[in-house]
Amino acid sequence: MGTVSNNKENNNINSGREGVRGWLNPTRYGWERVSYWLQRLTGLFLLVYFVGHVYETSSITNGIDAWNSMLELTQTIGGHIFLILVIGTSTFHTVNGIRLIFTESGKGLGKPGRPDYPYNPSSLNYIQKSGIWVALLLACIAMLYGGMVLFGEGG
Amino acid sequence: MSNEDNKKVILKVYRTNYNKDDSPHYDKFEVPVKRWTTVLDALLHVKSYSDSSVGIRYSCRMASCGSCGMKINGRPSLACYTKISELKDDVVVCEPLPNFPRIRDLVSDFSQFFSHHKNMKPFIQNDKVSLDIDDKHDLVEFEQTHEDVDKYLQFSYCIRCGLCYSACPTVATDPKFPGPQALSQAYRYEADSRDDSKKTRFNIIDERHGIWRCHFAGSCSVVCPKGVDPALGIQLLKGHMLGLSKNNKKLSNLRTKNKE
Ligand code: SF4
Ligand code: FES
Repeated sequence: MGTVSNNKENNNINSGREGVRGWLNPTRYGWERVSYWLQRLTGLFLLVYFVGHVYETSSITNGIDAWNSMLELTQTIGGHIFLILVIGTSTFHTVNGIRLIFTESGKGLGKPGRPDYPYNPSSLNYIQKSGIWVALLLACIAMLYGGMVLFGEGG
Repeated sequence: MSNEDNKKVILKVYRTNYNKDDSPHYDKFEVPVKRWTTVLDALLHVKSYSDSSVGIRYSCRMASCGSCGMKINGRPSLACYTKISELKDDVVVCEPLPNFPRIRDLVSDFSQFFSHHKNMKPFIQNDKVSLDIDDKHDLVEFEQTHEDVDKYLQFSYCIRCGLCYSACPTVATDPKFPGPQALSQAYRYEADSRDDSKKTRFNIIDERHGIWRCHFAGSCSVVCPKGVDPALGIQLLKGHMLGLSKNNKKLSNLRTKNKE
């Protein structure tokens, strides 16, 4: 029996396009989509960091006091957490980026062949997945080490 | 009768009819299912016994025509190829394919998708052979080895179901991007030893909204029901365009009449 539940939606009904929502949710399509999502997020984060970094270092033109007060900002707990995030995101972005340079040149993806059920795509192979896992692992190790240095003795 | 024979699931179907100014909503239907019941079977059951007005598109019921694509429990899938028992859920949500304009209920408009496909000139082009043949005696054959065929065969299995197009995050934000289906077809002809129109297709895809917008999210290959692996084709094509991967394609010879 049909029952109308009238859950109204505000979809972009005409085009049906997912828009930015389409890449915000990385959970539906496996590790490669997670990597795509993280590569974008880390890229955006590093862009913000880069702008902030240029602003921070340019403070030296206002004299040593301005520079010192800017440096003090990075010595707070919030500053340390931010720097740890910079370490993690830059490590992931670099390592995964190197993997993607090879991938997007057609390397490490396997060869076309005769597809057989259950059709496991050769481009989503374990070389690719391992590359993503290694990038994540190295980012975690780098963040851990950064945290130990920043929050450890004299941090 | 075992418990499995009496199993029922709730089918939650996205409904909209723009002609009736009907705002989108979901209708719920209780449907009996067996181990082998597909989502398409369940929808047809709804049409037969609950609400004949549910709009769906289908034809072959065997993953060959590519008509029945829809979003099933959040993932683009073919309704005729998705068994309800494999979803392992008591509620099955059917929605129209994302990234396609919606016509009614689960039916979406494929015009733009098809026009991207047509833009790739998806047919063999070869200087030795005219495309306008009036007399059947002018038809020709090319010689190809099995190895030649293996290079493009998997890409020719595409049924144009649009699942890859609706899973692609680049298509989600850029309507001018040809999408995984069209780009993998460009590779299909690039890899075919009968085709020599590499430059024409490269010019079509090497532009601002073209192939370089693909960043290997791989979702197209995850959802493709025919093992086409469009992500593979696209990355191989990029490698060829960059001159980084070897393209040892030797153009096929024409089979001459004397040889027959
Ligand atoms: S490449 Fe696969 S998912 Fe995309 S249209 Fe062709 S068959 Fe469908
Ligand atoms: S009905 Fe033809 S592919 Fe599903």
